[in-house]
Amino acid sequence: MSLSAPPAPPQLVKPDTHRASSSSRRFKLSRWDIKYSPYIYVAPFFLLFAVFGIYPVLQTARMALYDWNLIGDHTFTGFDNFTALMGDEYFWNAVKNTFGIFLLATIPQLFGALFLANLLNQNMRGRMFFRLMIVAPNVTSVAAVAIVFAVLFRRDFGLVNWVLGFFGVDAIDWKGETWSSWSAIATMVDWRWTGYNTLILLAAMQAIPKDIYESASLDGAGKWRQFWSITLPQLRPTLIFVVTVSTIGGLQLFTEPVIFGDGRILGGAQREFQTIAMYMYEKGFNDLQFGYGSAIAWALFIMIILVSGVNYLLIRRSVK
Amino acid sequence: MGVTPRRRTFAVAALAAITAIGGLAACTKKNDEPSTPGEIKLVVDTFGEFGYDDLVKQYEASHPGIKIELRKTAQLGDYRPKLVRYLATNKGAGDVTALEEGIITEFKANAANWVDLSQYVGDKSADYLPWKYEIGKTSDGKLLGLPTDVGGLAMCYRKDLLEAAGFKSDREAVSALWPTWDDFIKVGQEYRTKTGKGLLDTVTTAFSASLSQVGGDLFYDKDFNVVADTSPAVKTSWDLALKLADAKVTAKTNTWSAEWQAGFQQGTFAATLCPSWMLGIIEQNSGAANKGKWDVASVPGGGGNWGGSWLSVPTQSKHPKEAAELAAFLTNADSQVAAFKAKGPLPSNLKALGNADFQAYQNPYFNNAPVGKIFGEGAKTLKPVTIGPKHSSVKERAFEPALQAYEAGRLSAQAAWDQAIKDAKVQGAF
Repeated sequence: MSLSAPPAPPQLVKPDTHRASSSSRRFKLSRWDIKYSPYIYVAPFFLLFAVFGIYPVLQTARMALYDWNLIGDHTFTGFDNFTALMGDEYFWNAVKNTFGIFLLATIPQLFGALFLANLLNQNMRGRMFFRLMIVAPNVTSVAAVAIVFAVLFRRDFGLVNWVLGFFGVDAIDWKGETWSSWSAIATMVDWRWTGYNTLILLAAMQAIPKDIYESASLDGAGKWRQFWSITLPQLRPTLIFVVTVSTIGGLQLFTEPVIFGDGRILGGAQREFQTIAMYMYEKGFNDLQFGYGSAIAWALFIMIILVSGVNYLLIRRSVK
Repeated sequence: MGVTPRRRTFAVAALAAITAIGGLAACTKKNDEPSTPGEIKLVVDTFGEFGYDDLVKQYEASHPGIKIELRKTAQLGDYRPKLVRYLATNKGAGDVTALEEGIITEFKANAANWVDLSQYVGDKSADYLPWKYEIGKTSDGKLLGLPTDVGGLAMCYRKDLLEAAGFKSDREAVSALWPTWDDFIKVGQEYRTKTGKGLLDTVTTAFSASLSQVGGDLFYDKDFNVVADTSPAVKTSWDLALKLADAKVTAKTNTWSAEWQAGFQQGTFAATLCPSWMLGIIEQNSGAANKGKWDVASVPGGGGNWGGSWLSVPTQSKHPKEAAELAAFLTNADSQVAAFKAKGPLPSNLKALGNADFQAYQNPYFNNAPVGKIFGEGAKTLKPVTIGPKHSSVKERAFEPALQAYEAGRLSAQAAWDQAIKDAKVQGAF
């Protein structure tokens, strides 16, 4: 900054005080600008985050300590909601369902995405077209996807059962059994999210310097060996990101199972596929127990943090 | 990326197009502002089919300056949580809001949310079935809801399917086939032998009908204690549902499911319980292609009242006076006759029930069944049942799932009963 400061005025001339003060003000302003304006540039995000991120989290924490009727009275009850939650059979059922569907959906999804990304990273005809098409499922509305798949997985006159019929399989009541409902929902999730993860992994693959591959092939490493020894380790940070985002999305699963179950919040006659988010909605909005619903929300929040942390450690260790 | 500029342009354009399509689908902004200043806009919130489409047009024409938006939600199950949100945030509720019998008691408990309609429309007790009017009032005499319809019972059946199975299909003969539920089960078994299909859609519709036929205390007693485990009406209806499932006379299509809706068109089942408000729903699910194939016969086991609603005005409405007047219009005798003709809800207005036009009405979709006569005759003899605050929740989230699990063969009778009773205590807590 000192370089841009104005040269000292000649001694004989009466100093132009006005000009000096103006330029020093300008100097101050520009210093202020450099120091503080970046905060203003990022402020909108943090303002929005405070309003839509922090405030709800804190408010939910507060409501979780109340017996809070959504359209009636509020009474402070301390940790009663959490104590009740720990002994709530339907809550643990929802936890089981959520993790079951999450694993059933996420593991094939990540392997599929890795495979597809590797495929799209090769020299092939029309690869730009395929790269675009692979994200098309992700930009379709989740409700539309869920409605179409709910029709495909219908017990009577559903397309999947019709095709299975050719192989002599009896009509499956997809909503009736735990395994069948989980598979149907996992299919919806994968259809929508595999392409998205593929694209992110593909971008990361393209950032890997080509010369590493060149020297590897000079050393006699085949394609497969290159994939294991170069591509995967280089993808580590991206894989951590992808797994974390999938965890957050998977544990909050809501729309697909609700629409699959004909809009019923119970998720099957015996809650075969009711997720934590659905149970939270059932308690908060159907039973009007907003305090209890908030406690479920916090339990979910903590679970997501824990699972993301475990995932992070696992991936960091396994892909070296 | 190794793409030429032209291909990159194409790629960007394609990506933009895809994003735009996705974005459009996600963006359905609603405009709540009236189109011209000085105009009052009233929103009417209903579920299922109330038959108000033509009536609101008529009201707009006779009341310049008033614009009405009809917001329909297909299922009561989706409607209630929405309404709860509107009330909790004190924003977004319709100016005129329909409340069904299974949820009105619960909403009446927080009476401050609702306008006392009597200050705008006066005392209308002489106009309606007395018990129906009473339910619309709070214990301290405020009028929170004007009666729309009652749910007189009948059995809707597919004429063509019964004929194909070798039964007589005209409505008198069909009514004579099943004076009691035991007779109905015999017909169902015969139908199963001949066609391999279920006669009735599911056990839960029979369960609901039977509850209203037995009457008295259902899930709650008069002091709103949950008595589902000891109530005779519940026990009788439960046993009936189990008997129907054991005899395999149902198609196991859960109500409101995709299979159920498809079943109306595909003929998966040949009969369903129809309180009169169900007529519109059957018509909608079956579609124009099946016009004239459905008909209406009497219900096994005698009359009962299943369902029916009231129109209320939330205190958050900006135009309570206009909204109350609109509610009064929609529930007056002429409107109730018009709504009945349009979509089937059975009038609760005494003048409408006595109206010659109503009594002579034949529904063209249902093979010109004289529905005015069929439903009208029993309407005045309907008796009220005790509807507790969480009636819908107990029915739909405790008893129906347990019955569905039994019907599908996944729970024993004892396990299903235990699940229902356990869930009833949770869902019924108030």
